[in-house]
Amino acid sequence: MKEEIIIAGFGGQGVLSMGKILAYSGIMQDQEVTWMPSYGPEMRGGTANVTVILSDKPISSPILNKFDTAVILNQQSMDKFEGAVKPGGLLIYDPNGITRFPERKDITICSIAAAEESALLGNAKAFNMIVLGAYLKMKPIVSMENVIKGLKKSIPERHHHLIPMNEKAIEIGMEKVQVL
Amino acid sequence: MDIKDIIKPENKVYGKSPVLTDNIMHYCPGCSHGTVHKLIAEVIDEMGIQDKTIGISPVGCSVFAYNYLDIDWQQAAHGRAPALATATKRLCPDKYVFTYQGDGDLASIGTAEIIHACNRGENIVVIFINNAIYGMTGGQMAPTTLLGQVTATTPYGRRADLNGFPLKITELIAQLEGTCYVTRQSVQNAASARKTKKAIRKAFENSAMNKGTSFVEVVCTCNSNWKLSPVKANQWMVENMFPFYPLGDMKDR
Amino acid sequence: MAEKILMKGNEAIARAAIHCGCDGYFGYPITPQSEVMETLMEEMPWETTGMVVLQAESETSSINMLYGGASCGKRVMTSSSSPGISLMCEGISYLAGAELPCLVVNVVRGGPGLGTIQPGQGDYFQMVKGGGHGDYKCIVLAPASAQDMYDFVSKAFDLAFKYRTPAIILSDGVIGQMMEKVEMSEQKPRWTDEEIKKNSPWACTGKTNDRKQNIITSLALDAAVHEKLNERLQAKYKKMEEEDVLFDSYMTEDAEHLLVAYGSMSRICQSVVETARENGIKLGLLRPITLFPFANKEIDRLVPQLKSIMSVELSAGQMVEDVRLVVNGRIPVNFYGRLGGIVPSPEEVYEAFVKSIK
Repeated sequence: MKEEIIIAGFGGQGVLSMGKILAYSGIMQDQEVTWMPSYGPEMRGGTANVTVILSDKPISSPILNKFDTAVILNQQSMDKFEGAVKPGGLLIYDPNGITRFPERKDITICSIAAAEESALLGNAKAFNMIVLGAYLKMKPIVSMENVIKGLKKSIPERHHHLIPMNEKAIEIGMEKVQVL
Repeated sequence: MDIKDIIKPENKVYGKSPVLTDNIMHYCPGCSHGTVHKLIAEVIDEMGIQDKTIGISPVGCSVFAYNYLDIDWQQAAHGRAPALATATKRLCPDKYVFTYQGDGDLASIGTAEIIHACNRGENIVVIFINNAIYGMTGGQMAPTTLLGQVTATTPYGRRADLNGFPLKITELIAQLEGTCYVTRQSVQNAASARKTKKAIRKAFENSAMNKGTSFVEVVCTCNSNWKLSPVKANQWMVENMFPFYPLGDMKDR
Repeated sequence: MAEKILMKGNEAIARAAIHCGCDGYFGYPITPQSEVMETLMEEMPWETTGMVVLQAESETSSINMLYGGASCGKRVMTSSSSPGISLMCEGISYLAGAELPCLVVNVVRGGPGLGTIQPGQGDYFQMVKGGGHGDYKCIVLAPASAQDMYDFVSKAFDLAFKYRTPAIILSDGVIGQMMEKVEMSEQKPRWTDEEIKKNSPWACTGKTNDRKQNIITSLALDAAVHEKLNERLQAKYKKMEEEDVLFDSYMTEDAEHLLVAYGSMSRICQSVVETARENGIKLGLLRPITLFPFANKEIDRLVPQLKSIMSVELSAGQMVEDVRLVVNGRIPVNFYGRLGGIVPSPEEVYEAFVKSIK
């Protein structure tokens, strides 16, 4: 098994931490992982993306220009990465703020209204976990058990009381994802 | 009477500090460095800290200070002695660490290092030799060169509009919270040398008490590059340097 | 087996420093390596191992703090990125001249000047050929993973003390910023004062009556004395070339063509080799791990079986010069590189390789 994912959106949306949780979940099931961020001067508001690879074998290049899955969370990233999904691959996006919808016919396209759902939850921080849930529904490459273990590893202990909330957000994402 | 009849313990009136080596100094006759070296050696000897003292020598005439004081030494890149001293003292807190720096080294190229070491309050001793000129490179203008003073790079005298003003770095250092003792001394006669020795001793004692940085400026002569005899150089220093660089403690806490 | 932790390469450097018993870290913030000092400050090793961590006022000061610490026989290190390393080169020359062991980590970004904060390998010449003034070289290790970042800290210290010379970890923004899983070692104690006196009898530990004073200096005004010092340095470098060359080979046994790449580019080139093999091209990869001393002998050994070599770098072509020196015109030595912080994809490098052999 090898899954190459790009998660792209605005800084502050939790793009990097969603990637980190996914990578940690991979480690929990003994896989090789890489997490390669775009890094720049923007702390908030700029574009941010992260390439995550989970594989049963050692990973050679952590830098890719084609992906099995693209998780797209703003228009700039849609413009940049829609074409980078491998034929037969998966594109998941949040329609919030999207003005030009994906057009490719040779890939699976899903939407998850994560911004809306997190607003309904009254917790903006649940956003990236809802997106993660949508992704895991489409590609259950890691078990929920390992995601929770990964979460425990990747967030500081003082925030562990938030794990049930995160678990719920993941479930909402799994439930609300729509295949278009 | 033979010379052997004279060299007897009972006739001894003065002894060289055992912390001074037997190497012949390369300093010019009349230079103040020899006197300051001797004072440091005596303080180290009297405090019994030869095995606990690490000296940092600069770039400049006193680069070879390690040849004259029989202790462990590090020879620093130009201006960087306070950085070496910072790490040495932090990694070896039981040691007495001092830098020995001239005005070009400390007040020009090494300004950042001295300001920040003093501001962090590193528990080190800084001996600052201010003779208002670059000695080893042949008498060029230093940051501390007085207005009107003739040097190799101010052949018509230092002009404020061309070369800026002489830098009173010690006054600046005294403003920093990290320093506990800042003083300006001289060594042109026995009385002033005795006062300087006291200041050096106090500085070393402060460092054992972790009080912060102790900074001892010694206003010195460079008779060769000032192109004066040793005696005239001392006179020139008293008349011209002391009014601009007044002696005394600026801070003692 | 120890637990595997997901961490950035930069974080791995910091944790390795603590675990291997490093005495002191002195640094100054610069992207893309700031996580090294941030991790150390968060871990507070002065509370546990007694390791000193200090944020200096500049890179110039950091490297000279290393000079001070190394003079005392302590295991000291710094980290920075390209512009900061340029500032440190004066100090590295002094450290090499005074024969002081220490570790300098360079997480390279694109240059020249302030350049970019994105990854680069344009500091090869500066790090591998010396960098500062005078005839000196440093041992240069090039990690290609977060695990390498962790493992090379201890290895670099060992080599630095073996030869009494500065060791460099030449990384880049990819390896520094990428997170991978890292298996960490047991905590090793720092050297005691007695061990320092035994391991480094030359160090400033305080002059006692049973020995002469120890003087750490790179100054020797007497030409004959200074030539002797230089000859001693050169002898060390020769010994390194005989004893401490490290490299990794990937599918070179039957290779007809060879890629040479280090650090992050070696990872990308490994994918290129996989693609080439799928397409029936016998391509192999040589990854120099030590850039100085360089894998001269291995390249020389492979030349007779090869039709071409391509050096792949995030530079305008620096390591390729060392490859050409070994090959000495026997077969074509090609080059592919990207500049300005752009990291090529495996597909892009594969296309360039195919073009080069047509």
